Amino acid sequence: MEEFLSLIIEKYNYWIYITLMMIGLYAMIAKNNLVKKIVGMNIFQTAVILFYVSTGVKKGATIPIIEHGHDVAHQAVRAADYINPLPHVLMLTAIVVSVATLGVALAIAIKVYHRYLSLEEDEILEQIRGL
Amino acid sequence: MSEHYPALLVILPLLASFFISAAGWLRPVYCFPLAVAALGSSLLVSLGVLGDVISGGPVSYWMGGWPPPWGIYYRVDYLNALVLAVVSAVGFVNLIAARPSVEKDFPEKAGPFYTLYVLFVTGLLGMVATGDAFNLYVLLEIAAITGYALIALGKGRAALSSLHYVFLGTIGACFYLLGVGYLYIITGSLNMEDIARLLPPLYDSKVVTVAFAILMVGVWLKMGFFPLHAWLPNAYTYAPSPVSSLVAPLMTKVMVYVMIRMVLTVFTVDFAFLVLRLNEVVVWLAVIAIVMGSLLALAEKDVKRMLTFIVVAEVGYMVGGFWLGNQAGFTGAVLHILNDALMTLCLFLAVGNIVHVKGDSRWESLPGLFRTMPWTMGALVVGALSIIGVPPTCGFFSKWYLLLGAIQGGHYGFLLALLFSSLVSVVLFFRIFEIGFFEPFGASHGSAHGEGGPAIQEAPLGMLVPLWMTALGLILVGLYTGEIVGRVIRHAVPGMML
Repeated sequence: MEEFLSLIIEKYNYWIYITLMMIGLYAMIAKNNLVKKIVGMNIFQTAVILFYVSTGVKKGATIPIIEHGHDVAHQAVRAADYINPLPHVLMLTAIVVSVATLGVALAIAIKVYHRYLSLEEDEILEQIRGL
Repeated sequence: MSEHYPALLVILPLLASFFISAAGWLRPVYCFPLAVAALGSSLLVSLGVLGDVISGGPVSYWMGGWPPPWGIYYRVDYLNALVLAVVSAVGFVNLIAARPSVEKDFPEKAGPFYTLYVLFVTGLLGMVATGDAFNLYVLLEIAAITGYALIALGKGRAALSSLHYVFLGTIGACFYLLGVGYLYIITGSLNMEDIARLLPPLYDSKVVTVAFAILMVGVWLKMGFFPLHAWLPNAYTYAPSPVSSLVAPLMTKVMVYVMIRMVLTVFTVDFAFLVLRLNEVVVWLAVIAIVMGSLLALAEKDVKRMLTFIVVAEVGYMVGGFWLGNQAGFTGAVLHILNDALMTLCLFLAVGNIVHVKGDSRWESLPGLFRTMPWTMGALVVGALSIIGVPPTCGFFSKWYLLLGAIQGGHYGFLLALLFSSLVSVVLFFRIFEIGFFEPFGASHGSAHGEGGPAIQEAPLGMLVPLWMTALGLILVGLYTGEIVGRVIRHAVPGMML
């Protein structure tokens, strides 16, 4: 039990991202309303972003900006003093992608609404079967 | 100039899409010529790269001059040079054929359509050319997002189908991203060759196994590999015909390429085949995909929808052929990427012509088509023979290699699945030919077999010429299979499979 607890506490960032991801997946599968599904999709994407960002963290490190003082500039940079900026930079791109996906999904949802006058999936499927 | 080809391949259409978008607002007449110029030049560039690779071996390109582990790195070798040429050729031919139906179905959306079209091809070309795992994700999403928008242009259920595709496509892309994330945690690199260099001591690590599993599921979801194919038939059926004939031949094939690239270059063959020993399982999955795709196709009464299930079965061919893990299987899989892109293009273009003239492609609109649309149906016959695998067409040769691979690998389940699917294809297509050829018209044409018969009612020349170029391409590629395999594919086979 103790081992299990320490496993959760030590790697809590992974547990949080998995939980968030499953919430998103659940919403995408189980929700009936298309907008709720889209929100679930966005939570799913955000979970991956959180995962990446959390991998850049180092204990006791600071933000990766090197000071331009006269005495600091020529000293060697110790990587352990700075958090890893690369995952954060990657996630800037991923955030843009997820915004674009969200935008396209919402636009398509509007198109669906104009056609079926509903965003509830069961009502839409009923209309399709009725046709 | 020629050393910048790998970058130009992606940058030319990317920049052109901005101009096409602007032209859509100001002078919509310029959209189509701009798109033709953009994709035509990337076709020339990709053929140039292919020539360079054949004559001088793989080509590398450092974006902005940054050396590989840090900068974005494009690498074109024997495998992706071929896929690049296929992608740009299919994109270009289909663009020419798209014009009449765009003008008929949604003339007011011509600007956005051509912009999205060119961006989609940009994304695919980038995915194929890049040697950077994260860059591949970004380009994957460019292709996917433009693909969703293109599919949603269709009528009826298109929007809903596209939305389902958005959900599943996003899950697939996120899984890919997550897999790359795990690889980054364990190796600290995003460059494919660099990861491959750092991985061997870590093969026992669970992180690498998890990365591999997540990544493969993501890629399979994107390519519509059988149990994960649910989004594919509806999305491809309800999309406007110029979009289906673009997305159906390219998206699945490029994802198969991504799978091969990930296994070959990133995880290496040793890891996938010797450490994980996944080959047997995946080949059986492919067998199920082929059989189920063929059976589901039998149940359809709409040519376009039937073709989408054939696409599902064909994905099984390529995945299975690659995972057989021998030289013949690998050659068959890569050759089938080329052939299947052309066959699917030919069939979807033919169906696009039928939809353009008749309004839909259900069984009911087929009778008498051989008389009213002889050119379209002629090309459909060539495409169908290629899917079935009749010798002069290219479909025969890739199927031959796949069968050879199955025999060499001793995998008789895959062998039987291939033969079964070929027989089912015979039934599928000859049913169409029978309806189109022998079934009489409705009551109004009671004397159809009399003199003259109904007048010819063909699709416009702008659609027939690309269709017949593709149909002749099928035969030409078939005749030159030996050249293609000997000069290009043979060099792409990894050492372990020889």
